[in-house]
Amino acid sequence: MRNQSRIAFFLLLTPLLLWLGLLIIIPHIDMLLISLRERISFGVYEPSLTQYEKALTEPLYLRTFWRTAVMSVLATGMTLLIAFPVAYYIAKMAKGRLQQVLFMLCLIPFYVSELVRTFGWMILLRETGLVSNLLQWTGLADQPVELLYTDATMMVGLVYTSMLFMVVPLVTTLESLVEAGYDLGGSGLSVLREIIIPHAMPGIVSGCIVVFMLSLGNYLTPTMLGGKDSLWFTEMIYNQFIVRSNWELGAAFGFMLLVLSSAIVWGMLRLTGRTLRETIG
Amino acid sequence: MIPTIPQSRLFRMVYGGYVALFFLYLALPLTVVAVFAFNDSQFPSLPWEGFTWNWFFGEERPQIGVFHERGILRAVGTSAFVALCVAGLSVCVGTTNAFLFNRYEFRGKGLLYVLMLLPLVIPGIVLGISILVFSSTLANGIWDMAQIDVQALRPGLLLVILGQFSFITTIATLVISARLQKFDRTLEEAALNLGADRLTAVRTITLPFLAPAIIGAVVVAFLMSFENFNTTLMLVGSDAPLTIAMFDRLKEGSTPLLNAVSLLLMLGSSLLALVVILFQRRP
Repeated sequence: MRNQSRIAFFLLLTPLLLWLGLLIIIPHIDMLLISLRERISFGVYEPSLTQYEKALTEPLYLRTFWRTAVMSVLATGMTLLIAFPVAYYIAKMAKGRLQQVLFMLCLIPFYVSELVRTFGWMILLRETGLVSNLLQWTGLADQPVELLYTDATMMVGLVYTSMLFMVVPLVTTLESLVEAGYDLGGSGLSVLREIIIPHAMPGIVSGCIVVFMLSLGNYLTPTMLGGKDSLWFTEMIYNQFIVRSNWELGAAFGFMLLVLSSAIVWGMLRLTGRTLRETIG
Repeated sequence: MIPTIPQSRLFRMVYGGYVALFFLYLALPLTVVAVFAFNDSQFPSLPWEGFTWNWFFGEERPQIGVFHERGILRAVGTSAFVALCVAGLSVCVGTTNAFLFNRYEFRGKGLLYVLMLLPLVIPGIVLGISILVFSSTLANGIWDMAQIDVQALRPGLLLVILGQFSFITTIATLVISARLQKFDRTLEEAALNLGADRLTAVRTITLPFLAPAIIGAVVVAFLMSFENFNTTLMLVGSDAPLTIAMFDRLKEGSTPLLNAVSLLLMLGSSLLALVVILFQRRP
């Protein structure tokens, strides 16, 4: 019996180790090694820090890196601001059937590919698009307006794409809010600050982490909706790997993105005293 | 409504209006995609040239519909194949993971659990390039040693499947674990007392209990694979799955054909989502 249980244990452990080892850990180590070398000539490489030096001294690379980080933080903040009142409405003000329907409505757009959502925004916002036509029809503009390819458009798209991942955890935590807390008095604003927000903190943290990750790692939205100046860091990774075949530099970029996202996720967890396990597990 | 907080009518109207605007924002892009699938024009934009089914069933140029457009049909087939493989693989590994974490105490369990969660916080594009880099290191190594070119390790369907599997497995594990935790283990022990061996007990008692979670995980994995873009983009070879094929067309300029494909995708995934919800509803 004891022996049988040991065999079962190893049978269950093997797939886990194979998966994590072969598809997550070793590939990332390999990527790190490749980013730490320099191509001397065909098939000849030397260990060096050149790639990181390039990445950290070339203004375009560095600028794109920080821009991507700042814009992702901004997108996360905006998503939280927009989603919070809606989540509160769904969790606390809507009742019964309406509550269920609103919650389901929040989920529907996200069963659809990100590509389709981005395509929708393109149809709405391009020069010949619906919004442009609407503006001309109402007389607010006298010629077609190009609304695509700006930072603002990209923001609209980023916020839209990750909205679900903010609304769902917020609704879940807000639903458990005990209403008796309100009877102790206090103005609306102080209730919000002292009761509602602290109570929703777990939802806020996990929502923010996921939305930040999704924004940082997004490729489609910045490529399709953003302008020439709003290069995203993922686009640079793609360019180095696929367009220029410079895997060494691309791997270095990939590692920088990984470090940035891990650092911010870790920082947020530290700040709020939570663990990864309770937040997404 | 919380009765003890005085709220003016104006506040409630503004609040309600805000929520309504929010849902308009959610619905707008999808609605326009759906509506312009029926525009009798080469462009998915105004002016509205009249209603047509051609972008679905049209047989000749310039309006070849989805059901007669070979490239799109092939891409749908590729996507479905990839999604089935990913769903099958990730749910199998997800189930064994769930049993491992639920049933055994061992050294390093906490660390392994955190490692298991990691793929969710790694950007998809980084997952993609790391697997691309590692597989080509492997392929080059094999070539240097034995002069055999292993095509499977070059960008293509196998890598796409592995890349998607690498993070969808985490989700499958979480979904199945959540239900396994609710399982009453005395039921399994009862079966053992009645003379069943452990495997039979798990097969006849535990797995049926897990069935709703397993089916849910299959559908979620299938949908996530079908929709995946970032990881796939880095690993794709010559036969592109649907999202990549649509992306390539979108870059060249779009016709309502893409709207028609999108509308079908929306219908398909809503249907699948409905199946999951119905399954989860059952007690």
